[in-house]
Amino acid sequence: MTDFLQLFLSGLATGSIYALAALGFTLLWQASGTINFAQGEFVMLPAFMMVVLLGSGLPLYVAFAVSIVLSVLVLGWLFKRGLVDPLFKYGMMPIVVATIGLSIAMRNGVRAGYSAEPQPFPQVFPDKVFDVAGVTVSAGDIGTFVFAMLLVVVTQAFLNKTVTGRAMQAVAQNTESASVLGINVPRMIFYTFAINAVLAAAAALLVTPTYLAKFDMGEGLGTKAFFAAIIGGFNNSRGALLGGLIVGVCENLAAAYISPAYKDAVALLIFMVVILFKPQGLLGKKEERKV
Amino acid sequence: MKKLNLFITLAVLAVFLVVPSFLKNYGIHIFTTWLVFIIATMGLNLTVGYAGQKSLGHAAFFGIGAYTVAILLKAGFSFWLGLPVAALICFFTGLALGFPALRVQTIYLAFATLGFNTALWLVMRNEEWLTGGTFGINNIARPSLGGISFDGNLAYYYLVLVFTVVLALLLWGLLRSPWGKAFTALRDNAIRAESLGIDTRGYTLLSFAIGAVYAGIAGGLYASQVQFIDPALFTVGASIMMYLMVVVGGPGYFLGPVLGSAVGVVLPEWLRFAQAWYLFIFGAAVVMLMIWLPDGLLSIPDRIAARRASREASAARAAAAKAAQGVQA
Amino acid sequence: MTHPHQHNRPEGAPVLKVTDMKKAYGAIQAVGGVSFEVRPGEIFGVIGPNGSGKTTLFNSMLGQITPDEGKIELKGQDVTKCGPLELNRRGVGRTFQTLQVFGKMTVRDNLIVAAQEHHGSMFSRMFAPSDSGLGAKADALIDQFHIRHVAHKKAGELSYGQQKLVDIAMAFMSEPDLVLLDEPCAGVNPSLVGGISTLLKDLNRTRQGSFVVIEHNMDFVMDLCHRIMVMVEGKVLAIGTPEEIRSNKQVLDAYLGN
Repeated sequence: MTDFLQLFLSGLATGSIYALAALGFTLLWQASGTINFAQGEFVMLPAFMMVVLLGSGLPLYVAFAVSIVLSVLVLGWLFKRGLVDPLFKYGMMPIVVATIGLSIAMRNGVRAGYSAEPQPFPQVFPDKVFDVAGVTVSAGDIGTFVFAMLLVVVTQAFLNKTVTGRAMQAVAQNTESASVLGINVPRMIFYTFAINAVLAAAAALLVTPTYLAKFDMGEGLGTKAFFAAIIGGFNNSRGALLGGLIVGVCENLAAAYISPAYKDAVALLIFMVVILFKPQGLLGKKEERKV
Repeated sequence: MKKLNLFITLAVLAVFLVVPSFLKNYGIHIFTTWLVFIIATMGLNLTVGYAGQKSLGHAAFFGIGAYTVAILLKAGFSFWLGLPVAALICFFTGLALGFPALRVQTIYLAFATLGFNTALWLVMRNEEWLTGGTFGINNIARPSLGGISFDGNLAYYYLVLVFTVVLALLLWGLLRSPWGKAFTALRDNAIRAESLGIDTRGYTLLSFAIGAVYAGIAGGLYASQVQFIDPALFTVGASIMMYLMVVVGGPGYFLGPVLGSAVGVVLPEWLRFAQAWYLFIFGAAVVMLMIWLPDGLLSIPDRIAARRASREASAARAAAAKAAQGVQA
Repeated sequence: MTHPHQHNRPEGAPVLKVTDMKKAYGAIQAVGGVSFEVRPGEIFGVIGPNGSGKTTLFNSMLGQITPDEGKIELKGQDVTKCGPLELNRRGVGRTFQTLQVFGKMTVRDNLIVAAQEHHGSMFSRMFAPSDSGLGAKADALIDQFHIRHVAHKKAGELSYGQQKLVDIAMAFMSEPDLVLLDEPCAGVNPSLVGGISTLLKDLNRTRQGSFVVIEHNMDFVMDLCHRIMVMVEGKVLAIGTPEEIRSNKQVLDAYLGN
């Protein structure tokens, strides 16, 4: 039983990282109809930004802060203005393919331009282990989970309780009505992209100490975030959280109880089951067919 | 068909007929792969470009075709039995995949096709008794017909070319028939289409089924071409690449797949000179291409025509305004 | 003010018979017991303030939604549960309130696709010629609607008024027995409204089909329709000829007068 709890808890930690990436992904979709196939690389890039900054001698928290700013600029503003805005009115296809190209470019740009080797990354949380009623939990797992959940909660609070946040939600639900109401739609959409960049940078900070920074670290992460978002409910930001945690926990349990080879297949399988029986996701609402 | 289009098509055909005979094995291999992907993306272009569906699982049918032919060849059956069987299996599987399309909307349909692809890939990877698992199937034979053996790469290339031309003509015929308009109506306004008596359900299912058949035949041809297949060829990543090829070439344009497959198959080879950077350039090129030409490469003529039309319209308006001023003065 | 075509009052077994239709959305009774008949060759107008249930009635008649109660009979057959596809196959055509032409197809192709599915089977259509033999019919309608000069253009390139004409023409291509027109004059230049009215009268006379027209343009409705039904708050207030409706005190109070 203690084994199970241990796996469950560390699964929650990994799952909370997936939740961050999935949340950003879902918000982008809701606000602008963008399916970001480069979401995994959006986590990879800040990781390498931090690697570079750390390499030049900056302390971790400064490197993190700078990479947040850079991410908002590049993955938020530049991405929106350069890629999404021109293609917005052409429907889903061009944006999807453009983000596919973007992910290939980013991945291989880092590989060719920086290194194909994994880069070491300092620990964010102290290397301590706690014993809680016979269950061993690492400080890293607790720290990761708490930090990630804090971010998710803050993001949700921002979206639900502030004027700007509610304006963003209005834009996500009905862009035309929102602009009629005087909401600056392009700016709200930019804020969404900015939030995605911040969440991705945070995910980078949390995941890289364990998995190291490698040019292809985005592939698996992006796929899992994608599945997590769909499993939880693509039109619901709480769904991203739920989906991420479910994927994280089930992965861990599957790796231990079935076999490590099936770890990656778990997200796949849950995804398929959900798609078959509830395609709008566990927390999602059925979308009406527009006349 | 406009004279210019006919001329271009014949020119393209001429290139495919003549160029490979001057190439070495590697070049022939690239051209053959190019043709195989033209066939596969012709099918996807029907489903996605002409019928407006979302399909991110096309590589699954490519895989079904490849494995069917490979398994049957290994079991001693003829290639000429394997290929039709592959096509048939893909037809019915494609129909089956079309059913979620009837219930589920755009983005969720994309996810469902992804799920289908991954499910099939898992089967390919795990069912060793059938597919050889991660080891794949090797020593796949080349076919022969009458007395002609297609063991030689150039000979096999021309066989694939025949298939490509025949399949292209069949598709062309289908799109010229009333089906073509029905697909366009389904894509552009399914609700209106239904109110006009167009069986949107039927056409949706068939767009998946026919698209699948093309991918299946392409897969079968590919299996004999490369003579070794494993599940890595038929992942969601492969489906996404095929989708990329259709969109870059131009969805709903008949020759889109030719260009799109060139971008997906031939371009990475050309870029090899850039060594480590070649994939970066490829990815960046795709991004640039999409931003510049969201409707695909073949939308260039339409854009030029549209720009000319709007220039003529504003010139006409300016002339009319001038005339009105002249009258008033 | 009598109009030549109104002298031929349509008689005979009704093409469309709606009996006691009810449809509620939650607590709102959008349609609360509506009954009427449309006779062969008749132009039947439906008017009423916004929210009176006209659109819900229409959508029920066209199979987009299923009524809670009531019966819809087309040429004597119960079609209450039929969807839009089935209804079209049985001879019902329609136009939409918002423009719904196929923008990327030429005008002529729009008309052809509007009727091609009524000829042969899906399988036989694979081998049929591109225009399914409907070229002449399409050309005839194009001339009747005076859009010959734009027939070769893509429908999306036409002006709003021209697209509206294409939209209406499409509804008539399959020679339906009943055509439902949802605000055919909406958003159309006032100078074109008379043309639409004339067109519809011509079509009515030459094709003997029945039309049901929802419209807000009073002059248009009074001039065009043989009979008019007034709806208020989901119920029928009055059904009668334009003269009867115009002089109906209740209707004047509720709708026309102010």
